Amino acid sequence: MTPPLKQTLEIPVADGEAERYSLRMGPQHPATHGVLRVDLELDGETIIECKPQVGYLHRGFEKLAENRTYSQALILTDRLDYIAAMANNVGYCLAVEKLLAISVPLRAQYIRTLVCEMSRLCSHLLWLATHALDIGAMTVFLYCFREREILLDLFEELCGARLTFSYPRIGGVRQDVTSYFIDELQRFLDIFPSRIAEYETLIDTNRIWLKRTVGVGVVSGDQALALGLTGACLRGSGVDYDLRKHQPYDAYDQVEFEVPLGSDGDIYARYRCRMEEMHQSVHIIQQCIDQLPPGPIIGLDAPDLVMPNKVPARIEAGSSTYGTGLIRLIRDRDLYLSGDIYVATEVPKGELGFYFISDGNNRPYRMHIRSPSFIHIGALATIAKGEMLADLIANIGSLDVVLGESDR
Amino acid sequence: MESMAIADRLRAEFPDEFLDTVTHQGQTAVIIRPGRIVAILRWLRDTDDLRLNHLRSLCGVDNVRRKDPRLSRFEVVYNLYSIPLRHEIRIRAEVGDKEPAIDSVVGLWSGANWLERETYDLMGISFNGHPDLRRVLLPEDWKGHPLRKEYPLKGKEEWTGITELLEKIKELDQHGFDPAGHAHGQNQPDEEEP
Repeated sequence: MTPPLKQTLEIPVADGEAERYSLRMGPQHPATHGVLRVDLELDGETIIECKPQVGYLHRGFEKLAENRTYSQALILTDRLDYIAAMANNVGYCLAVEKLLAISVPLRAQYIRTLVCEMSRLCSHLLWLATHALDIGAMTVFLYCFREREILLDLFEELCGARLTFSYPRIGGVRQDVTSYFIDELQRFLDIFPSRIAEYETLIDTNRIWLKRTVGVGVVSGDQALALGLTGACLRGSGVDYDLRKHQPYDAYDQVEFEVPLGSDGDIYARYRCRMEEMHQSVHIIQQCIDQLPPGPIIGLDAPDLVMPNKVPARIEAGSSTYGTGLIRLIRDRDLYLSGDIYVATEVPKGELGFYFISDGNNRPYRMHIRSPSFIHIGALATIAKGEMLADLIANIGSLDVVLGESDR
Repeated sequence: MESMAIADRLRAEFPDEFLDTVTHQGQTAVIIRPGRIVAILRWLRDTDDLRLNHLRSLCGVDNVRRKDPRLSRFEVVYNLYSIPLRHEIRIRAEVGDKEPAIDSVVGLWSGANWLERETYDLMGISFNGHPDLRRVLLPEDWKGHPLRKEYPLKGKEEWTGITELLEKIKELDQHGFDPAGHAHGQNQPDEEEP
């Protein structure tokens, strides 16, 4: 005879009366996308207080950059958001170019726009894969990595690296694109829109996916602005802020694209925004290929790859074209300007800003990185408060953070 | 609106706080006294034809090695942008030499919370009225503020916390825990498990 089911099982209710306990999630947790620790105060499964702890990946990039020349500090930016390293490189180069008044040839601007959008696709694919995996949709992970692999192969063809490129340089780009690269990229562009449709059939109408994203992690437009959210997290809340439109850089004012906006501000709205952005990226890359102008790929006053126009006053003993080029240039012409500048670019995660101070030396006097991930993790405490523990995972995934960029 | 025009409006509204303007590559920075920073930023955010509603970045600067002798040692720099009107301005607040401090702007932008914590952590500028001013990137028992110019690029001593961690590993070792790999665990016969 089966004994009658005991009715003593207590289901915790968030009434403030149930037993509170604290839980430390991470730092080694697959759903935190890196080494992020979240200290939680829980009442049953409801989060009463959420304290994210970062810093495990802090490498002191701002301090390091002050002790390197401008061209040497470029490689640090690869290690910020290692999923979309091209976009970081371009952001850094643009800031230094504006600070020191270096011009970039048109062809290089187009190539940079093209690689920026490719890295946006890379980043969004990885985001979709891991975000879906976190909340229980395994299959889409494999599909996304299939396409991401093609993009990484294309990057390898372009510059020899798959993750840390340092391909954009101050004043241009490192190498020209090959016709093989353009052909392969064109083949990718032809198939990719149908692949996006494939991901959507997997999750867009999936009831579990909808249950876990619609109406979860809601952030209103004003709240998102106050929290400093940028990128798809801000546009998902209906605020039209895209630096590619607001302060166009490189060739973004030469190409046509739309900025997808959400209205609900929940996880599903952010997901839709990013999916639409992928379509727009394909559109931008196509225009870049079609319009790609001929010409040089690096400016004549670029500091590290090309010799200065005028013959230098004297060649320093032991100098190479790398790094010391800047010292040589400053003797010839007044390239080195003193002043401060803030230049921001729209990277896949949001607004990546570089604040530079130059005092005329060949090293930045101060470099501050406004990293979107850092601010997004800071906002997590507010967004996750009062929600269920399981939704915290969905929220972390939806904010699209990379800890390398957050901790710098 | 042009950045210079915003700076002029600011000078007219807060003549006592206004110190100077600096323009570089078309970007204008206004140097101000720190005393009424919250009132100034609130005015910039809420005035109808300015509406600088997006705090793009907030950081500290150590000017001790700058060539310009007029600069105060520490500055807090606010980069503001107006999303509806698409203009920008930079505010640089001089916060003095010793024990630099300024009022917190968390009340205006809650996202400033972590930015101010970061500035406190790396530059040692404290923010009055901040709800939770702790270190954010470095361990809480870290000594010094790395982005100050006198802080060496490579330190002489190790972080004190590392010795605690090493001792903890030794302690765990006594219980048969091998942090270097799994080989130790695999050699254990299964029968020993209860």
